[in-house]
Amino acid sequence: MSELIELSAAEAAAKVRAREIDPAELFDAYRDRAAADRLNAFTWVADSAPDSEPSAEAPLAGVPLAVKDLFCTEGVPSQAGSRILEGYLPPYTATVVSKLLSAGAPLLGKTNQDEFAMGSSNENSAFGPVLNPWDRGRVPGGSSGGSAAAVAAGLAPWAIGTDTGGSIRQPAALCGIVGLKPTYGACSRYGMIAFASSLDQAGPLTRDVTDAALLFSQMVGRDHRDSTSLAFPGPTELPRAEDLRGISLGVPEELVTGAQDGTGIEPGVRESFEATLRIAEGLGASVHPCRLPHAPHALSAYYLIAPAEASANLARFDGVRYGLRIDGDADLETMYSHTRAAGFGPEVKRRIMLGTYALSSGYYDAYYGTALKVRTKISEDFRTAFADFDFVVTPTSPWTAFELGAKTDDPLAMYLNDFCTVPMPLAGIPAISIPSGLSDGLPVGFQLAGPAFSEGKLLDAAYALERAIGFDGSEVRR
Amino acid sequence: MLDRAQVLHVARLARLHLDDAEVERMADELSKVLDHVERIGELELSDVPPTSHVVDIAGVMRPDEPVECLPREVILAAAPEPVDGGFGVPSPGPAE
Repeated sequence: MSELIELSAAEAAAKVRAREIDPAELFDAYRDRAAADRLNAFTWVADSAPDSEPSAEAPLAGVPLAVKDLFCTEGVPSQAGSRILEGYLPPYTATVVSKLLSAGAPLLGKTNQDEFAMGSSNENSAFGPVLNPWDRGRVPGGSSGGSAAAVAAGLAPWAIGTDTGGSIRQPAALCGIVGLKPTYGACSRYGMIAFASSLDQAGPLTRDVTDAALLFSQMVGRDHRDSTSLAFPGPTELPRAEDLRGISLGVPEELVTGAQDGTGIEPGVRESFEATLRIAEGLGASVHPCRLPHAPHALSAYYLIAPAEASANLARFDGVRYGLRIDGDADLETMYSHTRAAGFGPEVKRRIMLGTYALSSGYYDAYYGTALKVRTKISEDFRTAFADFDFVVTPTSPWTAFELGAKTDDPLAMYLNDFCTVPMPLAGIPAISIPSGLSDGLPVGFQLAGPAFSEGKLLDAAYALERAIGFDGSEVRR
Repeated sequence: MLDRAQVLHVARLARLHLDDAEVERMADELSKVLDHVERIGELELSDVPPTSHVVDIAGVMRPDEPVECLPREVILAAAPEPVDGGFGVPSPGPAE
């Protein structure tokens, strides 16, 4: 059984297709591990595999999939980590999940997350925090913390999550796995319980880059149910670059050396980042400093735009159509405000308040309107950088996994986690985090970001780097 | 710096009941976050257009053709108070 767990998802799929392993045995091996989860990574685990055997031609042939709680899955609890949706059974399935199920990946379970994807530590889940498999006294990152911890610990071969300001890449970094945030519009958002609609994107969290490419290839595409989704240009092939010859990497001064407001990068993280740059040069890449002049303001723009959109999106949770209702015998407005008071956790309330304030009469131009202009400048900064460089690279998170409770009393300190990951979704561009090594026994993530729709090239570069780095995460899968 | 009255005004707009302790905490925490994010006001942005969409797309309209939708009883199954094939809600109260 442990041999099955040691196969990467792509290897397992190939063996299922070659009829060397039995998909039912593979499912059970992971199901048993997921059901025995001690990390609180899962909020729901399937009892059994679906009745129908995957077709031998199916690209994801029988390799079970863990899905972040906020993806709607028909008849299966989909709670977005929130008390207000406790026990909610959606009547339909999110497009990306349907696509992956049709491609042959059976649903293994739903994974824990920060409530409505708002958080960087998974401590904001109504269903308790997820523990980091590398050190159970530490956070796995967030908001897709359950997906990241499950994949790192070998409780799932692979998983999907969502990234709004870093929610795939940061937990991937803190758990020592690969996380890809695709170009905005590459994957349909239909059936994702919305946080910030102009930023949210689904993407894979996987053990290696090949698995990320394989899962991603089955997620993309235009969906008539999401008018912001796009036909993904070009084939999505598995990566096979051996080196980085001809590739230029830009290191943005503002994010990497900009040590203001406590955003300074930890020495161990910096060391791993620098070592990875040397490895990239050894593979033939050129590495030079670049400028993203507005990047230091990305966090501010993000913490206005995302809460503003969230305050509108979360208006739908009002005790009328689904979920919790409190004080239904009182008048309508009391029912609304008491239901929302009881159903939302502290961070969600904070963001609703922040967003409502930023959109309110008299403050709209100064806050939300200005943030949208900063967003334009950030996109321009990236366009300028990509005229000279193939990719912009940074550490994914300024820190390795921190102790549970270490930042819960200071929202601003928690937000600073996202310093290196928020500029990319603001510009709608893809970015990937791969493990670059350990610092004091904890994983460090290396982030590469490229122009819109450069996923193929991005995965290729990440693949070449991954092979040269040789990170081994097998110790936490035992 | 947000004061208590402003917090209560925003909470009312958001239809979010806050207890006294939450009002105090919210005033303090939101003020700190606003102090940080307000720095974008120092940038010179008068000629900069706001971003409306990050990827250049236009013309996403499709023909408006009726299609099958989920049955009413399936939708109502998740509702806290289905009434006569609709969503039951409390009275909004007497007109002010």
